[in-house]
Amino acid sequence: MTAAIEVAGLGVTLGGARVLDGVDLTLDSGSWLAVVGPNGAGKSTLLRALTGLVRHDGTVTLGGRHAGSLRPRDRARLAGYAPQAPVLPAALSVTEYVLLGRTPYRSLLSAPRAEDRTVTAGVLERLDLGPFRDRPLHTLSGGERQRAVLARALAQQPRMLFLDEPTSALDLGHAQQVLELVDRLRREDGLTVVSTLHDLTLAGQYADTLLMLAGGAVVATGSPADVLTPERLARHYGATAEVTSGPEGIRVYPVRRRPSPS
Amino acid sequence: MVAATALLGAAVLAGLSVGAVGLPPLGAAAALLDRIPGVSIHSGLSPVETQVLLQLRLPRVLLAALVGGMLALAGAAYQGVFRNPLADPYLLGAAAGAGLGATLVIAYVPGNSVGPVSVVPLAAFVGALTGVGLAYGLGALAGQGDGAATLLLAGVAVASFLAAAQTAVQQANAESLRDVYSWLLGQLGAASWPTVGLMLPYAAVSAICLLTTGRGLDVLSVGDDEATSLGIRPQRLRLLVLVAASLGTAAAVAVSGLIGFVGLVVPHIVRRLAGGSYRTVLPVSLLGGGAFLVLADLVARTVLSPAELPIGVVTAFVGAPFFAILLRVGSGRS
Repeated sequence: MTAAIEVAGLGVTLGGARVLDGVDLTLDSGSWLAVVGPNGAGKSTLLRALTGLVRHDGTVTLGGRHAGSLRPRDRARLAGYAPQAPVLPAALSVTEYVLLGRTPYRSLLSAPRAEDRTVTAGVLERLDLGPFRDRPLHTLSGGERQRAVLARALAQQPRMLFLDEPTSALDLGHAQQVLELVDRLRREDGLTVVSTLHDLTLAGQYADTLLMLAGGAVVATGSPADVLTPERLARHYGATAEVTSGPEGIRVYPVRRRPSPS
Repeated sequence: MVAATALLGAAVLAGLSVGAVGLPPLGAAAALLDRIPGVSIHSGLSPVETQVLLQLRLPRVLLAALVGGMLALAGAAYQGVFRNPLADPYLLGAAAGAGLGATLVIAYVPGNSVGPVSVVPLAAFVGALTGVGLAYGLGALAGQGDGAATLLLAGVAVASFLAAAQTAVQQANAESLRDVYSWLLGQLGAASWPTVGLMLPYAAVSAICLLTTGRGLDVLSVGDDEATSLGIRPQRLRLLVLVAASLGTAAAVAVSGLIGFVGLVVPHIVRRLAGGSYRTVLPVSLLGGGAFLVLADLVARTVLSPAELPIGVVTAFVGAPFFAILLRVGSGRS
Protein backbone atom coordinates (compact mmCIF):
# COMPACT_ATOMS: atom_id res chain seq x y z
CA MET A 1 0.00 0.00 0.00
CA THR A 2 1.27 3.41 -0.91
CA ALA A 3 0.75 6.44 1.25
CA ALA A 4 -1.87 8.70 -0.34
CA ILE A 5 -1.20 11.61 1.95
CA GLU A 6 1.93 12.43 3.91
CA VAL A 7 2.17 15.45 6.13
CA ALA A 8 5.21 16.58 8.08
CA GLY A 9 5.49 19.48 10.49
CA LEU A 10 2.41 21.24 9.15
CA GLY A 11 1.55 24.54 10.81
CA VAL A 12 -0.79 27.44 10.03
CA THR A 13 -0.68 31.02 11.29
CA LEU A 14 -3.82 33.10 10.80
CA GLY A 15 -3.90 36.77 11.71
CA GLY A 16 -0.84 36.35 13.95
CA ALA A 17 -2.29 33.40 15.84
CA ARG A 18 -0.81 29.94 15.53
CA VAL A 19 -3.94 27.88 14.86
CA LEU A 20 -2.23 24.66 13.83
CA ASP A 21 1.21 23.42 14.78
CA GLY A 22 3.41 20.38 14.20
CA VAL A 23 0.90 18.10 12.51
CA ASP A 24 2.40 14.86 11.17
CA LEU A 25 0.29 12.33 9.34
CA THR A 26 0.61 9.37 7.00
CA LEU A 27 -2.52 8.02 5.37
CA ASP A 28 -2.77 4.86 3.27
CA SER A 29 -4.50 4.95 -0.03
CA GLY A 30 -8.13 3.87 0.27
CA SER A 31 -8.48 4.64 3.96
CA TRP A 32 -10.81 7.05 5.75
CA LEU A 33 -9.44 9.52 8.25
CA ALA A 34 -11.82 11.48 10.45
CA VAL A 35 -10.45 14.64 12.04
CA VAL A 36 -12.17 15.21 15.38
CA GLY A 37 -11.73 17.68 18.18
CA PRO A 38 -13.58 20.37 20.09
CA ASN A 39 -14.74 23.62 18.47
CA GLY A 40 -11.85 25.81 17.43
CA ALA A 41 -9.32 22.97 17.54
CA GLY A 42 -8.26 23.63 13.93
CA LYS A 43 -10.13 20.81 12.14
CA SER A 44 -11.34 22.87 9.19
CA THR A 45 -8.01 24.68 8.98
CA LEU A 46 -6.23 21.34 8.71
CA LEU A 47 -8.48 20.36 5.81
CA ARG A 48 -7.97 23.71 4.13
CA ALA A 49 -4.20 23.40 4.52
CA LEU A 50 -4.23 19.91 3.00
CA THR A 51 -6.19 21.18 0.00
CA GLY A 52 -3.92 24.21 -0.41
CA LEU A 53 -6.60 26.78 0.44
CA VAL A 54 -4.63 28.32 3.27
CA ARG A 55 -0.95 29.18 3.45
CA HIS A 56 0.96 26.78 5.67
CA ASP A 57 4.46 25.70 6.60
CA GLY A 58 5.72 22.13 6.68
CA THR A 59 5.26 19.74 3.78
CA VAL A 60 2.19 18.06 2.31
CA THR A 61 2.59 15.22 -0.17
CA LEU A 62 -0.47 14.13 -2.13
CA GLY A 63 -0.23 10.90 -4.14
CA GLY A 64 3.56 11.03 -3.91
CA ARG A 65 3.78 14.58 -5.25
CA HIS A 66 4.80 17.64 -3.30
CA ALA A 67 1.54 19.59 -2.96
CA GLY A 68 3.16 23.01 -3.02
CA SER A 69 4.58 22.43 -6.50
CA LEU A 70 1.37 21.09 -8.03
CA ARG A 71 -0.38 23.31 -10.55
CA PRO A 72 -3.89 24.22 -9.32
CA ARG A 73 -5.40 22.18 -12.12
CA ASP A 74 -3.34 19.06 -11.35
CA ARG A 75 -4.17 19.35 -7.70
CA ALA A 76 -7.85 19.60 -8.60
CA ARG A 77 -7.61 16.34 -10.56
CA LEU A 78 -6.12 14.68 -7.49
CA ALA A 79 -8.23 16.06 -4.66
CA GLY A 80 -11.92 16.99 -4.43
CA TYR A 81 -13.04 19.34 -1.67
CA ALA A 82 -16.44 20.08 -0.15
CA PRO A 83 -16.55 22.90 2.41
CA GLN A 84 -18.76 22.89 5.47
CA ALA A 85 -21.17 25.41 3.98
CA PRO A 86 -20.97 24.99 0.21
CA VAL A 87 -22.22 27.89 -1.89
CA LEU A 88 -24.87 26.59 -4.26
CA PRO A 89 -25.59 29.10 -7.02
CA ALA A 90 -29.38 29.14 -6.95
CA ALA A 91 -29.87 29.62 -10.66
CA LEU A 92 -27.80 26.67 -11.86
CA SER A 93 -29.37 23.30 -12.58
CA VAL A 94 -28.01 20.21 -10.86
CA THR A 95 -26.36 19.07 -14.10
CA GLU A 96 -24.73 22.46 -14.70
CA TYR A 97 -23.46 22.46 -11.13
CA VAL A 98 -22.00 18.96 -11.31
CA LEU A 99 -20.42 19.83 -14.66
CA LEU A 100 -18.35 22.44 -12.81
CA GLY A 101 -16.45 19.46 -11.39
CA ARG A 102 -15.03 18.94 -14.89
CA THR A 103 -13.26 22.32 -14.72
CA PRO A 104 -9.78 20.84 -14.14
CA TYR A 105 -10.06 18.80 -17.34
CA ARG A 106 -10.59 21.46 -19.94
CA SER A 107 -9.81 25.04 -20.73
CA LEU A 108 -12.19 27.65 -19.37
CA LEU A 109 -12.78 28.70 -22.94
CA SER A 110 -14.09 25.42 -24.26
CA ALA A 111 -17.59 24.03 -24.02
CA PRO A 112 -18.19 20.75 -22.16
CA ARG A 113 -17.16 17.79 -24.28
CA ALA A 114 -19.00 14.51 -24.69
CA GLU A 115 -16.70 12.88 -22.14
CA ASP A 116 -17.59 15.52 -19.53
CA ARG A 117 -21.29 14.89 -20.12
CA THR A 118 -20.77 11.14 -19.80
CA VAL A 119 -18.83 11.42 -16.54
CA THR A 120 -21.40 13.85 -15.14
CA ALA A 121 -24.35 11.66 -16.12
CA GLY A 122 -22.63 8.65 -14.58
CA VAL A 123 -22.01 10.45 -11.29
CA LEU A 124 -25.62 11.71 -11.14
CA GLU A 125 -26.85 8.16 -11.71
CA ARG A 126 -24.60 6.69 -9.01
CA LEU A 127 -25.74 9.23 -6.47
CA ASP A 128 -29.42 8.76 -7.34
CA LEU A 129 -29.60 12.34 -8.57
CA GLY A 130 -30.88 11.34 -12.02
CA PRO A 131 -34.44 12.55 -11.39
CA PHE A 132 -33.10 15.94 -10.23
CA ARG A 133 -30.75 16.60 -13.11
CA ASP A 134 -32.67 19.54 -14.57
CA ARG A 135 -33.91 20.99 -11.28
CA PRO A 136 -32.50 24.34 -10.09
CA LEU A 137 -30.25 23.80 -7.06
CA HIS A 138 -32.35 25.93 -4.74
CA THR A 139 -35.27 23.50 -5.01
CA LEU A 140 -33.29 20.61 -3.46
CA SER A 141 -33.61 19.46 0.15
CA GLY A 142 -30.62 19.42 2.51
CA GLY A 143 -29.75 15.78 1.86
CA GLU A 144 -30.10 16.19 -1.89
CA ARG A 145 -27.87 19.27 -1.81
CA GLN A 146 -25.17 17.42 0.05
CA ARG A 147 -25.33 14.68 -2.56
CA ALA A 148 -25.10 17.29 -5.33
CA VAL A 149 -21.96 18.71 -3.70
CA LEU A 150 -20.48 15.20 -3.47
CA ALA A 151 -21.40 14.63 -7.10
CA ARG A 152 -19.57 17.81 -8.11
CA ALA A 153 -16.47 16.66 -6.23
CA LEU A 154 -16.70 13.18 -7.77
CA ALA A 155 -17.00 14.63 -11.28
CA GLN A 156 -13.41 15.79 -10.70
CA GLN A 157 -12.55 12.05 -10.72
CA PRO A 158 -10.24 12.66 -7.78
CA ARG A 159 -8.19 10.09 -5.92
CA MET A 160 -8.94 11.68 -2.58
CA LEU A 161 -11.91 13.48 -1.10
CA PHE A 162 -11.68 16.19 1.55
CA LEU A 163 -15.04 16.69 3.23
CA ASP A 164 -15.54 19.38 5.87
CA GLU A 165 -18.42 18.35 8.11
CA PRO A 166 -20.39 16.64 5.35
CA THR A 167 -23.25 15.86 7.73
CA SER A 168 -23.51 19.06 9.74
CA ALA A 169 -26.73 20.22 8.06
CA LEU A 170 -28.38 16.81 8.02
CA ASP A 171 -30.60 14.86 10.38
CA LEU A 172 -29.41 11.48 11.62
CA GLY A 173 -30.95 9.40 8.85
CA HIS A 174 -29.64 11.63 6.06
CA ALA A 175 -26.26 11.84 7.77
CA GLN A 176 -26.04 8.04 7.76
CA GLN A 177 -27.08 7.89 4.10
CA VAL A 178 -24.38 10.36 3.08
CA LEU A 179 -21.69 8.57 5.10
CA GLU A 180 -22.73 5.17 3.70
CA LEU A 181 -22.50 6.68 0.24
CA VAL A 182 -19.01 8.04 0.90
CA ASP A 183 -17.97 4.64 2.27
CA ARG A 184 -19.33 2.87 -0.82
CA LEU A 185 -17.46 5.26 -3.13
CA ARG A 186 -14.30 4.76 -1.13
CA ARG A 187 -14.54 0.99 -1.48
CA GLU A 188 -15.56 0.93 -5.13
CA ASP A 189 -13.09 3.53 -6.36
CA GLY A 190 -10.31 3.15 -3.82
CA LEU A 191 -10.77 6.80 -2.80
CA THR A 192 -8.89 8.13 0.17
CA VAL A 193 -11.23 10.14 2.39
CA VAL A 194 -10.36 12.83 4.90
CA SER A 195 -13.31 14.38 6.69
CA THR A 196 -13.94 16.44 9.75
CA LEU A 197 -16.85 15.10 11.78
CA HIS A 198 -18.14 16.58 14.98
CA ASP A 199 -20.34 13.57 15.79
CA LEU A 200 -17.89 11.23 17.49
CA THR A 201 -20.06 8.14 17.24
CA LEU A 202 -20.46 8.57 13.49
CA ALA A 203 -16.75 9.37 13.16
CA GLY A 204 -15.87 6.19 15.07
CA GLN A 205 -18.25 4.01 13.09
CA TYR A 206 -17.26 5.11 9.59
CA ALA A 207 -13.61 6.16 9.66
CA ASP A 208 -10.83 3.62 10.13
CA THR A 209 -8.46 6.19 11.61
CA LEU A 210 -9.20 9.11 13.89
CA LEU A 211 -7.02 12.13 14.44
CA MET A 212 -7.93 14.24 17.45
CA LEU A 213 -6.93 17.88 17.48
CA ALA A 214 -7.03 20.19 20.45
CA GLY A 215 -5.68 23.72 20.55
CA GLY A 216 -4.13 23.30 17.09
CA ALA A 217 -2.04 20.26 17.98
CA VAL A 218 -2.56 16.53 17.47
CA VAL A 219 -3.40 14.91 20.80
CA ALA A 220 -4.14 11.39 19.55
CA THR A 221 -4.08 9.35 16.34
CA GLY A 222 -5.14 5.76 15.83
CA SER A 223 -8.12 3.46 15.64
CA PRO A 224 -11.42 4.85 16.98
CA ALA A 225 -11.23 2.66 20.06
CA ASP A 226 -7.74 3.95 20.87
CA VAL A 227 -8.56 7.60 20.36
CA LEU A 228 -12.03 7.89 21.85
CA THR A 229 -11.57 7.36 25.58
CA PRO A 230 -13.63 8.97 28.35
CA GLU A 231 -10.43 10.51 29.73
CA ARG A 232 -9.61 12.29 26.47
CA LEU A 233 -13.18 13.48 26.06
CA ALA A 234 -13.04 14.89 29.58
CA ARG A 235 -9.68 16.56 29.11
CA HIS A 236 -10.07 18.04 25.63
CA TYR A 237 -13.82 18.46 25.27
CA GLY A 238 -14.60 19.08 28.93
CA ALA A 239 -17.27 16.42 28.39
CA THR A 240 -18.68 13.73 30.59
CA ALA A 241 -19.20 10.71 28.40
CA GLU A 242 -19.05 6.97 28.25
CA VAL A 243 -17.67 4.97 25.38
CA THR A 244 -18.76 1.44 24.51
CA SER A 245 -17.61 -0.68 21.65
CA GLY A 246 -19.28 -3.74 20.21
CA PRO A 247 -19.80 -5.51 16.91
CA GLU A 248 -21.71 -2.50 15.49
CA GLY A 249 -18.77 -0.24 16.18
CA ILE A 250 -18.00 2.34 18.78
CA ARG A 251 -20.59 4.53 20.54
CA VAL A 252 -20.06 7.69 22.51
CA TYR A 253 -22.80 8.56 25.03
CA PRO A 254 -23.05 11.86 26.80
CA VAL A 255 -23.72 11.25 30.48
CA ARG A 256 -25.55 13.68 32.71
CA ARG A 257 -24.57 13.53 36.35
CA ARG A 258 -27.75 14.58 38.07
CA PRO A 259 -27.46 16.15 41.46
CA SER A 260 -28.54 13.56 44.03
CA PRO A 261 -32.00 14.28 45.48
CA SER A 262 -31.79 15.83 48.90
CA MET B 1 -30.11 33.47 -28.03
CA VAL B 2 -32.01 33.37 -31.32
CA ALA B 3 -34.90 35.20 -29.68
CA ALA B 4 -32.55 37.87 -28.29
CA THR B 5 -30.98 38.40 -31.70
CA ALA B 6 -34.42 38.72 -33.30
CA LEU B 7 -35.47 41.17 -30.59
CA LEU B 8 -32.40 43.31 -31.19
CA GLY B 9 -33.05 43.25 -34.93
CA ALA B 10 -36.66 44.31 -34.47
CA ALA B 11 -35.68 47.03 -31.99
CA VAL B 12 -33.10 48.40 -34.41
CA LEU B 13 -35.63 48.50 -37.26
CA ALA B 14 -38.18 50.23 -35.04
CA GLY B 15 -35.53 52.67 -33.86
CA LEU B 16 -34.61 53.47 -37.45
CA SER B 17 -38.18 53.96 -38.65
CA VAL B 18 -39.84 55.96 -35.89
CA GLY B 19 -39.04 59.61 -35.37
CA ALA B 20 -39.79 63.15 -36.47
CA VAL B 21 -39.58 61.93 -40.05
CA GLY B 22 -41.32 58.57 -40.24
CA LEU B 23 -39.62 56.04 -42.46
CA PRO B 24 -41.12 52.75 -43.64
CA PRO B 25 -39.28 49.91 -41.84
CA LEU B 26 -38.92 47.84 -45.00
CA GLY B 27 -37.65 50.85 -46.92
CA ALA B 28 -35.12 51.55 -44.20
CA ALA B 29 -33.94 47.94 -44.26
CA ALA B 30 -33.72 48.04 -48.05
CA ALA B 31 -31.76 51.30 -47.97
CA LEU B 32 -29.26 49.72 -45.57
CA LEU B 33 -28.89 46.57 -47.66
CA ASP B 34 -28.41 48.82 -50.65
CA ARG B 35 -25.29 50.24 -49.00
CA ILE B 36 -23.60 46.83 -48.96
CA PRO B 37 -21.17 46.75 -51.89
CA GLY B 38 -22.46 44.52 -54.63
CA VAL B 39 -26.06 44.75 -53.50
CA SER B 40 -28.47 47.04 -55.23
CA ILE B 41 -31.99 47.37 -53.94
CA HIS B 42 -34.37 50.18 -54.67
CA SER B 43 -35.51 51.39 -51.25
CA GLY B 44 -38.16 53.87 -52.31
CA LEU B 45 -36.75 56.46 -49.87
CA SER B 46 -36.21 60.03 -51.00
CA PRO B 47 -32.64 61.40 -50.84
CA VAL B 48 -33.57 63.44 -47.75
CA GLU B 49 -35.02 60.38 -46.06
CA THR B 50 -31.89 58.44 -46.91
CA GLN B 51 -29.77 61.19 -45.35
CA VAL B 52 -31.91 61.17 -42.19
CA LEU B 53 -31.53 57.42 -42.03
CA LEU B 54 -27.79 57.26 -42.58
CA GLN B 55 -26.57 60.39 -40.83
CA LEU B 56 -29.01 60.76 -37.93
CA ARG B 57 -30.96 57.59 -37.15
CA LEU B 58 -28.40 54.92 -37.88
CA PRO B 59 -25.52 56.25 -35.74
CA ARG B 60 -27.90 56.99 -32.91
CA VAL B 61 -29.49 53.55 -32.98
CA LEU B 62 -26.10 51.86 -33.28
CA LEU B 63 -24.76 53.87 -30.36
CA ALA B 64 -27.80 53.00 -28.24
CA ALA B 65 -27.32 49.31 -29.08
CA LEU B 66 -23.59 49.47 -28.28
CA VAL B 67 -24.04 51.36 -25.01
CA GLY B 68 -26.99 49.24 -23.85
CA GLY B 69 -25.31 45.99 -24.78
CA MET B 70 -22.06 47.01 -23.14
CA LEU B 71 -23.69 48.15 -19.91
CA ALA B 72 -25.80 45.00 -19.63
CA LEU B 73 -22.84 42.74 -20.38
CA ALA B 74 -20.62 44.57 -17.89
CA GLY B 75 -23.43 44.45 -15.32
CA ALA B 76 -23.82 40.69 -15.72
CA ALA B 77 -20.05 40.29 -15.37
CA TYR B 78 -19.95 42.46 -12.24
CA GLN B 79 -22.80 40.45 -10.72
CA GLY B 80 -20.85 37.28 -11.40
CA VAL B 81 -17.58 38.56 -10.01
CA PHE B 82 -19.18 39.83 -6.82
CA ARG B 83 -21.71 37.00 -6.54
CA ASN B 84 -24.14 39.79 -5.80
CA PRO B 85 -27.41 40.24 -7.66
CA LEU B 86 -27.45 43.98 -6.94
CA ALA B 87 -24.07 44.72 -8.50
CA ASP B 88 -24.02 46.94 -11.59
CA PRO B 89 -21.26 48.35 -13.77
CA TYR B 90 -21.16 51.59 -11.75
CA LEU B 91 -20.56 49.78 -8.46
CA LEU B 92 -16.82 50.29 -8.19
CA GLY B 93 -16.75 54.03 -8.72
CA ALA B 94 -16.96 54.10 -12.51
CA ALA B 95 -20.04 56.32 -12.44
CA ALA B 96 -18.84 58.63 -9.70
CA GLY B 97 -15.41 58.94 -11.30
CA ALA B 98 -16.89 59.69 -14.72
CA GLY B 99 -19.29 62.19 -13.12
CA LEU B 100 -16.43 64.01 -11.43
CA GLY B 101 -14.37 64.06 -14.62
CA ALA B 102 -17.24 65.40 -16.73
CA THR B 103 -18.26 67.96 -14.10
CA LEU B 104 -14.71 69.30 -13.83
CA VAL B 105 -14.56 69.84 -17.58
CA ILE B 106 -18.05 71.36 -17.82
CA ALA B 107 -17.29 73.69 -14.91
CA TYR B 108 -13.74 74.78 -15.67
CA VAL B 109 -12.98 74.26 -19.36
CA PRO B 110 -14.48 77.07 -21.48
CA GLY B 111 -16.66 75.63 -24.23
CA ASN B 112 -16.00 72.15 -22.85
CA SER B 113 -13.43 71.64 -25.54
CA VAL B 114 -9.77 72.04 -26.36
CA GLY B 115 -9.60 73.34 -29.91
CA PRO B 116 -12.40 71.69 -31.87
CA VAL B 117 -12.36 68.53 -29.77
CA SER B 118 -14.83 68.06 -26.92
CA VAL B 119 -12.99 66.78 -23.88
CA VAL B 120 -16.04 65.74 -21.86
CA PRO B 121 -15.96 62.12 -23.11
CA LEU B 122 -12.23 61.91 -22.48
CA ALA B 123 -12.57 63.28 -18.95
CA ALA B 124 -15.45 60.90 -18.23
CA PHE B 125 -13.48 57.95 -19.59
CA VAL B 126 -10.40 58.78 -17.53
CA GLY B 127 -12.55 59.51 -14.48
CA ALA B 128 -14.34 56.16 -14.72
CA LEU B 129 -11.13 54.19 -14.99
CA THR B 130 -9.56 56.21 -12.17
CA GLY B 131 -12.54 55.45 -9.93
CA VAL B 132 -12.34 51.71 -10.57
CA GLY B 133 -8.55 51.78 -10.23
CA LEU B 134 -8.77 53.51 -6.85
CA ALA B 135 -11.37 51.03 -5.62
CA TYR B 136 -9.31 48.07 -6.76
CA GLY B 137 -6.15 49.49 -5.20
CA LEU B 138 -7.89 50.15 -1.93
CA GLY B 139 -9.44 46.67 -1.94
CA ALA B 140 -6.06 45.07 -2.63
CA LEU B 141 -4.46 47.09 0.18
CA ALA B 142 -7.13 45.98 2.64
CA GLY B 143 -6.43 42.51 1.26
CA GLN B 144 -7.39 39.97 3.90
CA GLY B 145 -10.39 37.69 3.82
CA ASP B 146 -12.94 37.35 1.07
CA GLY B 147 -11.53 39.29 -1.87
CA ALA B 148 -14.91 40.06 -3.41
CA ALA B 149 -16.46 41.46 -0.22
CA THR B 150 -13.48 43.71 0.53
CA LEU B 151 -13.47 45.02 -3.01
CA LEU B 152 -17.18 45.76 -2.79
CA LEU B 153 -16.68 47.84 0.34
CA ALA B 154 -13.72 49.65 -1.19
CA GLY B 155 -15.91 50.43 -4.20
CA VAL B 156 -18.61 51.92 -2.01
CA ALA B 157 -16.05 54.08 -0.18
CA VAL B 158 -14.44 55.35 -3.38
CA ALA B 159 -17.80 56.01 -5.04
CA SER B 160 -19.09 58.07 -2.10
CA PHE B 161 -15.86 60.06 -1.96
CA LEU B 162 -15.88 60.86 -5.67
CA ALA B 163 -19.59 61.65 -5.64
CA ALA B 164 -19.01 64.08 -2.78
CA ALA B 165 -16.18 65.73 -4.69
CA GLN B 166 -18.41 65.98 -7.76
CA THR B 167 -21.21 67.60 -5.76
CA ALA B 168 -18.79 70.10 -4.25
CA VAL B 169 -17.48 71.14 -7.68
CA GLN B 170 -21.02 71.37 -8.99
CA GLN B 171 -22.18 73.54 -6.10
CA ALA B 172 -19.26 75.88 -6.54
CA ASN B 173 -20.17 76.34 -10.21
CA ALA B 174 -23.93 76.77 -10.10
CA GLU B 175 -24.05 78.28 -13.60
CA SER B 176 -23.06 74.95 -15.13
CA LEU B 177 -25.66 73.01 -13.13
CA ARG B 178 -27.96 72.46 -16.08
CA ASP B 179 -25.24 71.06 -18.32
CA VAL B 180 -23.94 68.82 -15.59
CA TYR B 181 -27.40 67.44 -14.89
CA SER B 182 -28.16 66.73 -18.48
CA TRP B 183 -24.88 64.86 -18.72
CA LEU B 184 -25.52 62.91 -15.51
CA LEU B 185 -28.90 61.76 -16.75
CA GLY B 186 -27.43 60.37 -19.92
CA GLN B 187 -28.05 61.32 -23.51
CA LEU B 188 -27.72 59.88 -26.95
CA GLY B 189 -28.82 63.04 -28.76
CA ALA B 190 -25.29 63.96 -29.82
CA ALA B 191 -24.76 60.59 -31.45
CA SER B 192 -22.84 60.70 -34.71
CA TRP B 193 -20.56 58.42 -36.66
CA PRO B 194 -17.42 59.73 -34.88
CA THR B 195 -19.03 58.94 -31.50
CA VAL B 196 -19.79 55.40 -32.66
CA GLY B 197 -16.19 55.11 -33.85
CA LEU B 198 -14.97 56.40 -30.48
CA MET B 199 -16.80 53.73 -28.55
CA LEU B 200 -16.55 50.75 -30.89
CA PRO B 201 -12.93 49.64 -30.33
CA TYR B 202 -13.22 49.65 -26.54
CA ALA B 203 -16.60 47.96 -26.63
CA ALA B 204 -15.29 45.29 -29.00
CA VAL B 205 -12.23 44.46 -26.91
CA SER B 206 -14.22 44.47 -23.70
CA ALA B 207 -17.07 42.37 -25.09
CA ILE B 208 -14.75 39.77 -26.61
CA CYS B 209 -12.84 39.40 -23.32
CA LEU B 210 -16.00 39.18 -21.25
CA LEU B 211 -17.77 36.70 -23.52
CA THR B 212 -14.91 34.25 -22.99
CA THR B 213 -15.26 34.29 -19.21
CA GLY B 214 -18.73 32.72 -18.98
CA ARG B 215 -17.56 29.36 -17.69
CA GLY B 216 -15.06 31.02 -15.41
CA LEU B 217 -17.85 33.05 -13.80
CA ASP B 218 -19.92 29.88 -13.37
CA VAL B 219 -17.01 28.31 -11.49
CA LEU B 220 -16.54 31.47 -9.45
CA SER B 221 -20.19 31.34 -8.41
CA VAL B 222 -19.47 28.47 -5.99
CA GLY B 223 -17.18 30.68 -3.94
CA ASP B 224 -13.45 31.36 -3.95
CA ASP B 225 -12.51 28.27 -1.93
CA GLU B 226 -14.32 25.79 -4.09
CA ALA B 227 -13.27 27.56 -7.26
CA THR B 228 -9.67 27.21 -6.10
CA SER B 229 -10.24 23.55 -5.34
CA LEU B 230 -11.51 23.19 -8.90
CA GLY B 231 -8.17 24.39 -10.17
CA ILE B 232 -8.75 28.03 -11.12
CA ARG B 233 -7.25 31.20 -9.66
CA PRO B 234 -10.18 33.37 -8.52
CA GLN B 235 -8.13 36.54 -7.96
CA ARG B 236 -6.70 36.47 -11.44
CA LEU B 237 -10.04 35.77 -13.10
CA ARG B 238 -11.72 38.51 -11.08
CA LEU B 239 -9.10 41.05 -12.11
CA LEU B 240 -9.43 40.12 -15.79
CA VAL B 241 -13.22 40.44 -15.72
CA LEU B 242 -13.13 43.72 -13.80
CA VAL B 243 -10.61 45.32 -16.13
CA ALA B 244 -12.54 44.26 -19.23
CA ALA B 245 -15.94 45.26 -17.82
CA SER B 246 -14.67 48.60 -16.53
CA LEU B 247 -13.05 49.45 -19.85
CA GLY B 248 -16.34 48.84 -21.65
CA THR B 249 -18.30 50.75 -19.02
CA ALA B 250 -15.93 53.71 -19.20
CA ALA B 251 -16.31 53.82 -22.98
CA ALA B 252 -20.11 53.69 -22.70
CA VAL B 253 -20.18 56.40 -20.03
CA ALA B 254 -17.86 58.61 -22.06
CA VAL B 255 -20.20 58.76 -25.05
CA SER B 256 -23.58 58.65 -23.33
CA GLY B 257 -23.25 59.87 -19.74
CA LEU B 258 -24.73 57.93 -16.87
CA ILE B 259 -27.54 55.71 -18.07
CA GLY B 260 -28.75 53.82 -15.05
CA PHE B 261 -30.51 50.51 -14.50
CA VAL B 262 -29.63 48.89 -17.83
CA GLY B 263 -26.64 47.13 -16.32
CA LEU B 264 -28.63 46.07 -13.29
CA VAL B 265 -31.95 45.06 -14.73
CA VAL B 266 -31.22 43.44 -18.07
CA PRO B 267 -29.03 40.60 -16.68
CA HIS B 268 -31.80 39.75 -14.22
CA ILE B 269 -34.45 39.61 -16.91
CA VAL B 270 -32.13 37.43 -18.95
CA ARG B 271 -31.52 35.10 -16.00
CA ARG B 272 -35.24 34.60 -15.47
CA LEU B 273 -35.88 33.87 -19.11
CA ALA B 274 -32.76 32.01 -20.20
CA GLY B 275 -31.35 30.30 -17.10
CA GLY B 276 -28.55 31.14 -14.72
CA SER B 277 -25.40 29.89 -16.42
CA TYR B 278 -23.10 32.77 -17.35
CA ARG B 279 -22.35 31.01 -20.60
CA THR B 280 -25.87 32.07 -21.62
CA VAL B 281 -26.36 35.15 -19.45
CA LEU B 282 -23.39 37.06 -20.88
CA PRO B 283 -24.15 36.89 -24.62
CA VAL B 284 -27.91 37.24 -24.15
CA SER B 285 -27.38 40.28 -21.90
CA LEU B 286 -25.26 41.87 -24.61
CA LEU B 287 -28.04 41.44 -27.18
CA GLY B 288 -30.91 42.17 -24.79
CA GLY B 289 -29.22 45.27 -23.35
CA GLY B 290 -28.76 46.62 -26.85
CA ALA B 291 -32.41 46.04 -27.71
CA PHE B 292 -33.58 47.54 -24.41
CA LEU B 293 -31.67 50.76 -24.84
CA VAL B 294 -32.67 51.19 -28.50
CA LEU B 295 -36.32 50.95 -27.45
CA ALA B 296 -35.79 53.20 -24.41
CA ASP B 297 -34.19 55.78 -26.68
CA LEU B 298 -37.14 55.45 -29.05
CA VAL B 299 -39.47 56.29 -26.15
CA ALA B 300 -37.18 59.09 -24.95
CA ARG B 301 -37.29 60.93 -28.26
CA THR B 302 -40.94 60.36 -29.24
CA VAL B 303 -43.03 60.73 -26.06
CA LEU B 304 -42.59 64.50 -25.75
CA SER B 305 -41.62 65.07 -29.39
CA PRO B 306 -40.07 67.37 -30.49
CA ALA B 307 -38.52 67.65 -27.01
CA GLU B 308 -36.49 64.71 -25.71
CA LEU B 309 -36.65 63.04 -22.33
CA PRO B 310 -33.22 62.24 -20.90
CA ILE B 311 -32.77 58.54 -21.61
CA GLY B 312 -31.63 57.92 -18.04
CA VAL B 313 -35.10 58.99 -16.95
CA VAL B 314 -36.76 56.47 -19.26
CA THR B 315 -34.57 53.55 -18.19
CA ALA B 316 -35.09 54.45 -14.53
CA PHE B 317 -38.88 54.60 -15.04
CA VAL B 318 -38.75 51.00 -16.20
CA GLY B 319 -35.84 50.05 -13.99
CA ALA B 320 -36.91 51.35 -10.60
CA PRO B 321 -40.21 49.44 -10.34
CA PHE B 322 -38.50 46.31 -11.58
CA PHE B 323 -35.78 46.81 -9.01
CA ALA B 324 -38.41 47.00 -6.26
CA ILE B 325 -40.06 43.80 -7.46
CA LEU B 326 -36.68 42.12 -7.62
CA LEU B 327 -35.96 43.01 -4.01
CA ARG B 328 -39.34 41.70 -2.99
CA VAL B 329 -39.00 38.39 -4.84
CA GLY B 330 -35.36 38.03 -3.79
CA SER B 331 -36.14 38.47 -0.11
CA GLY B 332 -38.96 35.93 -0.34
CA ARG B 333 -36.71 33.19 -1.64
CA SER B 334 -33.21 32.85 -0.26
